[in-house]
Amino acid sequence: MPSRPAEPLPDAEAALATLAERMSSRVPHDAAFVGIYSGGAWLAERLARIVRGEHAVGFIDVSFYRDDYSRAGLKPNARRTDIKFEVDGASIVLVDDVLYTGRSVRAAINELFDFGRPARIDLAVLVDRGGRELPIEATYVAARLVVPDDRSIVLSRGDDGRLALSLEPA
Amino acid sequence: MKPDAGTTLSRNPQLNAAGQLTHLLTLEGLPPAIITQILDTADPFVSIGEREVKKVPLLRGKAIFNLFFENSTRTRTTFEIAAKRLSADVINLNIGASSTSKGETLLDTVDNLVAMNADMFVVRHSQSGAPHLIAAHLNATGRTHVHVVNAGDGRHAHPSQGLLDLYTIRHFKREFRALSVAIVGDVLHSRVARSLIHGLTTLGTPDVRVIAPATLLPAEVESLGVRAYHDMRRGLAGCDVIVMLRLQNERMKGALLPSPGEFFKHYGLTPDKLALAKPDAIVMHPGPMNRGVEIDSAVADGARSVILPQVTFGIAVRMAVMSIIAGN
Repeated sequence: MPSRPAEPLPDAEAALATLAERMSSRVPHDAAFVGIYSGGAWLAERLARIVRGEHAVGFIDVSFYRDDYSRAGLKPNARRTDIKFEVDGASIVLVDDVLYTGRSVRAAINELFDFGRPARIDLAVLVDRGGRELPIEATYVAARLVVPDDRSIVLSRGDDGRLALSLEPA
Repeated sequence: MKPDAGTTLSRNPQLNAAGQLTHLLTLEGLPPAIITQILDTADPFVSIGEREVKKVPLLRGKAIFNLFFENSTRTRTTFEIAAKRLSADVINLNIGASSTSKGETLLDTVDNLVAMNADMFVVRHSQSGAPHLIAAHLNATGRTHVHVVNAGDGRHAHPSQGLLDLYTIRHFKREFRALSVAIVGDVLHSRVARSLIHGLTTLGTPDVRVIAPATLLPAEVESLGVRAYHDMRRGLAGCDVIVMLRLQNERMKGALLPSPGEFFKHYGLTPDKLALAKPDAIVMHPGPMNRGVEIDSAVADGARSVILPQVTFGIAVRMAVMSIIAGN
């Protein structure tokens, strides 16, 4: 049962529209969008369709680059990272649902560099909940909010493809 | 749950107190969820092998010792490649030429390597149970951060080969629950066959057949949950997967078989025998192959052969095994 949020969660579809709008004026026309599984992957697909320009889409699973492997072991359900475009010289926007400690983004950047040397990497997130443990900031943010440390903000996708945010025990 | 001496001793030595895989010794008795987890984890590792930079940082700084008390270039190499793609440091010990020939016991060798901060042993030994002995020794002495992978022990088990065979079958056939799988050849001496049989039955394969002359089948082989055939043509009828086993040279010279030519005539996989299986049946072989003894070149190199994909998948499966156990 989700507990009382410190502040109400934004509507995910409205936040996605806000994020797309903020990106449209500044993202290079040919930037590739790389979504971090699983929430970021759904967002990257949607954003590529609505943000102005021609955007290649890739997906990244950071399981093999995480910094908590030695403490927590390998997470089950690792998926294939799928990046078909040329990373060398590309302008890339990493996409994730929630920015928190910054550790997933660190892992994703490291993995991207195993594919080549991008010209630049930006970061787009639906929600920035603070709590950074690394010097990482998002370029594009739809919503900023504070939630208790013992809660996770979870993005889910319904059968109809609609996205929703919920608060769950961490 | 209260641990007591009885349950601790009877517990599967491959699993830790939380039921997670910490050594890989045999597929026998392994829960289906763990086998499936390994196969699922191997899938993204296949794609690592297709990248320009074929490496992930998962086991950076770990020392993995290949302890091969029995020769094997192929298996040792694939474990070495797998460990290096995980960024581990790999140390190959040519045991035949070193300590044991000076009289050191197996466990003394292990203790010395643990004193050098080994994190994992990949062990091949002609004696069944040697990897189990090492794992039990490490568990009993509280060194649970050191892991053991069985790379083949005697006639007992070759679990990483069994897993790569399972991965290959799942890749091409998707689902085990409706499959007929035929394993052909020297089942008696084959740890590959034994591991694959345990894996297939654990994952619910309804029809597993072994095909061989009576001299090359273990007594009471059907107690493993398989059907035995001596007539290859009857055994292959309608099957989805054919796994050919290597006939070792020393067996051909022994009393178990009349001659390699005679064996090929009855149990060699030729295009006309393959035609008895389903039209989309796949042909597997753990390698190295004896062309013209257990398999005809026209089949080995033919459209239904998935022998080389097995090799590629084998590296990914070993990466999955090592990264799962080292994290538990």
